[in-house]
Amino acid sequence: MASGVLFDAPGPRARTRNAVATLIALAVLAAIAYAIYARFDERHQWQAKLWKPFLQGETWTDYIIPGLLGTLKAAALGAVCAVVAGTLLGLARLSDRRWIRLTAGAIVEIFRAIPLLLLIFFIFYLAPSVFGGGDYALIAVVAGLTLYNGSVLAEIFRAGVLAVPRGQSEAAYALGMRKHQVMRMILLPQAVTAMMPAIVSQLVVLLKDTALGYIIAYVDLLNMGFKIIPAVFFGSLIPAAIVIGIIYIGLNMSLSALATWLERRRRRTRRAV
Amino acid sequence: MNDLITYAPALARGFLENVKLAAVCGVLSLILGTALVSMRVAPVPILRWAGATYVNVVRNTPLTLVLAFSALGVSDTLGVTFSQTPSVNGFWLVVLGMTAYTSTFVCEALRAGVNTVPIGQAEAARALGLSFAQTLGTIVLPQAFRAVIAPLGSVMIAMIKNTTVAIAAGYLAESAFVMKDTFDDTGVSIPIFIGLALAFMAVTLPVGLLSGRLARRLAVVR
Repeated sequence: MASGVLFDAPGPRARTRNAVATLIALAVLAAIAYAIYARFDERHQWQAKLWKPFLQGETWTDYIIPGLLGTLKAAALGAVCAVVAGTLLGLARLSDRRWIRLTAGAIVEIFRAIPLLLLIFFIFYLAPSVFGGGDYALIAVVAGLTLYNGSVLAEIFRAGVLAVPRGQSEAAYALGMRKHQVMRMILLPQAVTAMMPAIVSQLVVLLKDTALGYIIAYVDLLNMGFKIIPAVFFGSLIPAAIVIGIIYIGLNMSLSALATWLERRRRRTRRAV
Repeated sequence: MNDLITYAPALARGFLENVKLAAVCGVLSLILGTALVSMRVAPVPILRWAGATYVNVVRNTPLTLVLAFSALGVSDTLGVTFSQTPSVNGFWLVVLGMTAYTSTFVCEALRAGVNTVPIGQAEAARALGLSFAQTLGTIVLPQAFRAVIAPLGSVMIAMIKNTTVAIAAGYLAESAFVMKDTFDDTGVSIPIFIGLALAFMAVTLPVGLLSGRLARRLAVVR
């Protein structure tokens, strides 16, 4: 049901009622906005010196853009590794051999159930004692993101492969293809196309989760905004939070828009077939 | 294994904090999420706009940012405090951030549920003379809730796991920090990690099973 159908086209009385409700809503929103403004004013958050750094090019080139690159690096590495891990695990769960199926199933279930931050902490503290000293923040973030999102993606790939009509693989076997050929040439391409919107949505989750690196002091956008910039430009935490918030929201919304576009395009091609 | 036994009481206290956070945030985000979905389907355009803006902004912000902001921004910089006691204040700041974040996912799940209710239901309700609030509250939302119990269960499981991020809000009583603290003390301990992971599974698995069972039992038969 489209949300617009919960109410009729307004008649004269409903129009008045809606107008009154609009006024009240506006008043409440204005009151909230004013409360925030007054609170900022009281705590001296409108001082120009707090906001000015964000109009200067050096703040962007020295802090914000390197931070953004840190976030994008973790996200890109995490996305590539998670897609690879997800494909392998998803295929392993579809294997004909029982022990491969069960092992992959156990891995997927376990890493989906563990809170990602605990996993990142664990890898962050485990790595130095296994590989010796060094900075493992990026590795811990990427490995954590890979294990968690790989497990989620495995379920998405598996669902995608199972959703391909049976006739497709039967036809491929009838043509004399081998098992791996059927998977690689027939099932996977169709599964990936069908599941593309879900995969991209999961990548949005992955991008948001890179911010967990902040907690283990990985230098990403969040760390720049909440620790480094307020320390350099004393007290400008709130402007920095707003700026990096907008960057995160912009990134995630454009990825989500991509998912929506892919979904629409897929529906269109389905109809064409 | 000895590490796990030594630190078990501290870890258990920490984990209890996670459970408490999850319980409070679960209830509050269900309430706020319902309010948000009511705004998003309301006949007043400005309410729809306000609800949609809030959901899209908060949902696309990393939870770590939301929680760090609720501690460093809202509390430290803007001076909004819930209590003079730091630990109590910290708890409610986490609740504030987690509820603000989780309620957007509750809202989106419920909105999907509203879309599953056949159009005839709302039309019949209006034909009986019910107002918008009555249509939504007594006809549409109850059916919407029953349609999305399983997705709501997933939202709640994610929320329970997210309580570990409370550390970003400087709330240091919960188990993720306790685990980090013991690792700082004694070095990495695999039994502690496994023990804590099992504790989380012991909470999330029943929630998943329960929501799955409830979803089947309460499904609206059409």
